[in-house]
Amino acid sequence: MMNTFWDLFLSATSQGLLWSLMAIGVYLTFRILDLADMTAEGSFPLGGAITTMCLINGVNPILATLAAFGGGMIAGLVTGILNTKLKIPALLAGIVTMTGLYSITSRVMLNAANVSLLGKATIFTMAQNLGLSHNNAVIVTGLIISLLVIGLLVIFFRTEIGLAMRATGDNPEMSAANGIKTQNMKIWGYMISNGCIALSGALLAQNNGFADLNSGVGTLVVGLASIIIAEVLIRNLAIGGRMLTLVIGAIVYRLILALVFQMNVEPSDAKLASALVLIVCLALPNFKLSRKNKGENKNVSSTEN
Amino acid sequence: MHIKKIITGLSLASLLLLGGCTSNKTGKSEAVKHVGVLQVVQHPSLDEAYKGFKEGLKDGGYVEGKNLKIDYQNAQNSQDNLKSMSDKLVNEKSDLVLGIATPAAQSLANTTQDIPIVVTAVTDLKAAKLVNSNNKPGKNVTGTTDMVSIDRQIKLLLSIVPKAKTIGIMYNAGEANSKIQADLAIAALKKAGVKVVVKTANTTNDVQQVTETLADKVQGIYVPTDNTFASAASLIGKVVKEKKIPLVAGATEQVKNGGLASIGIDYESLGRQTGKMAAKILSGKAKPQDMPVEKATNLKLVVNKKMAKALGIDPKSIKAPK
Repeated sequence: MMNTFWDLFLSATSQGLLWSLMAIGVYLTFRILDLADMTAEGSFPLGGAITTMCLINGVNPILATLAAFGGGMIAGLVTGILNTKLKIPALLAGIVTMTGLYSITSRVMLNAANVSLLGKATIFTMAQNLGLSHNNAVIVTGLIISLLVIGLLVIFFRTEIGLAMRATGDNPEMSAANGIKTQNMKIWGYMISNGCIALSGALLAQNNGFADLNSGVGTLVVGLASIIIAEVLIRNLAIGGRMLTLVIGAIVYRLILALVFQMNVEPSDAKLASALVLIVCLALPNFKLSRKNKGENKNVSSTEN
Repeated sequence: MHIKKIITGLSLASLLLLGGCTSNKTGKSEAVKHVGVLQVVQHPSLDEAYKGFKEGLKDGGYVEGKNLKIDYQNAQNSQDNLKSMSDKLVNEKSDLVLGIATPAAQSLANTTQDIPIVVTAVTDLKAAKLVNSNNKPGKNVTGTTDMVSIDRQIKLLLSIVPKAKTIGIMYNAGEANSKIQADLAIAALKKAGVKVVVKTANTTNDVQQVTETLADKVQGIYVPTDNTFASAASLIGKVVKEKKIPLVAGATEQVKNGGLASIGIDYESLGRQTGKMAAKILSGKAKPQDMPVEKATNLKLVVNKKMAKALGIDPKSIKAPK
């Protein structure tokens, strides 16, 4: 039993690290810019598709993974332009891009719905070649990449443009009055956010051994759940610390799901079980002591200082 | 003569008893085998395949609750769960795992290179890189393909509408299996000198519109074994009945619910075949590496008589082409 739990924990950790980039990406739009961005469910499979196609054509795994980030940024750019320049509401803009991305991703995969990576060199096999076991390779690589992304983001948010972006999310009118180009800030936010999400898709495709057109379904929820769990576990953190807890949140969410699967729920009830887990996670902050209202999310406190 | 029979009978019986004794000594026959099952989504065809799989194991001497324990996992179409579920089945030290449909099969194959894997409801194992070749898999994966003879299905359709100038094909481009079949169908139709119009839909919500648009342009429709279109079979049936367009489908279930005819796969018997393969592996008689991928053994012609009458076609005139 103990052994099973350890295996469970390792499996959840390795996947949670890869999902943490999804959580970070969603966090940038959802919390920092205060927007609900549905583009995620389109940029996630796009990232997987770009990297997979690069890998089967012999591109270096690190470059192939970076290419996904670029693809995600372009997806974010589209949503950003729809939202700011064309004044389409954020939620709709994201849904429109997500819908269109389905075809784009299909094109990237040369009109296949599923491309296999079995037996191909990936960023994880590179780490394995250094003598790590598969799971450890995923954990080490995932840690390096997530810490690298968090480090870069922390540096970015201390620059003038990063501070301007956070100000835009906190108070768009005041920011505009102080001469911040809020539209451009939002576009940059969308781009970096979807870059991270596509990166998550790229890493997961390499870990799963295939890219699939339908792999984006339900991924936004994974990102949101990780954020909520992180905020429930440790409240009131500065941005760097918060992003580190997102990694823990993503791992904990995977662990909860794995435990749900362990319980051998009736297959048709599995979705209900996942929904109940989410309800518990989302409702927990209500039982905490202090509350601060922030925008739409009256039941969750968070600070960006 | 009688004496001979009795003697052979007795000797056989003693052999069996001896065999029973020896195997009891090793304790192998008493051991409970653990089988893990991973399915992508709840779906009539896939559920049938799983049902058949258990039957096939029973045929091979493995009965749930006696010498067999099954851990069944269903990702409910959330692909993010496939990896966790694969890890669970592998960590439980299953003796064998079954992957139902392509993403589940790939996820398992990516998680373990030593536990035997059988797969079913996968159209092209080689394209999914599950096996090196269909005759000699060479890895820990083998199983059954639900690839049907597309040529025969197209011949069936063209035998129903011999004067057709244009044939329509519709499927969900998001399903890897459908895409493979549709491409083969396009090739077969072009070879027969018929024009092809292809329409795709990504969800059941778009099926009605796609069917209506297509039905106005063609004299016959072919649908591969596509989960999305099979789910919307009765809706499609309504449209083609109204527009008087014969529809041949890859899946027999779809014809029962709203097509005209099919030479298709019975997923339960496909699953049963898979179960028998699994039983061979569990009993140590064979290794997946050397077990050729099997095709469905019993294809059957299904004709929807009500639909035929509605279209003004004599159901008896529809014959299975060679």
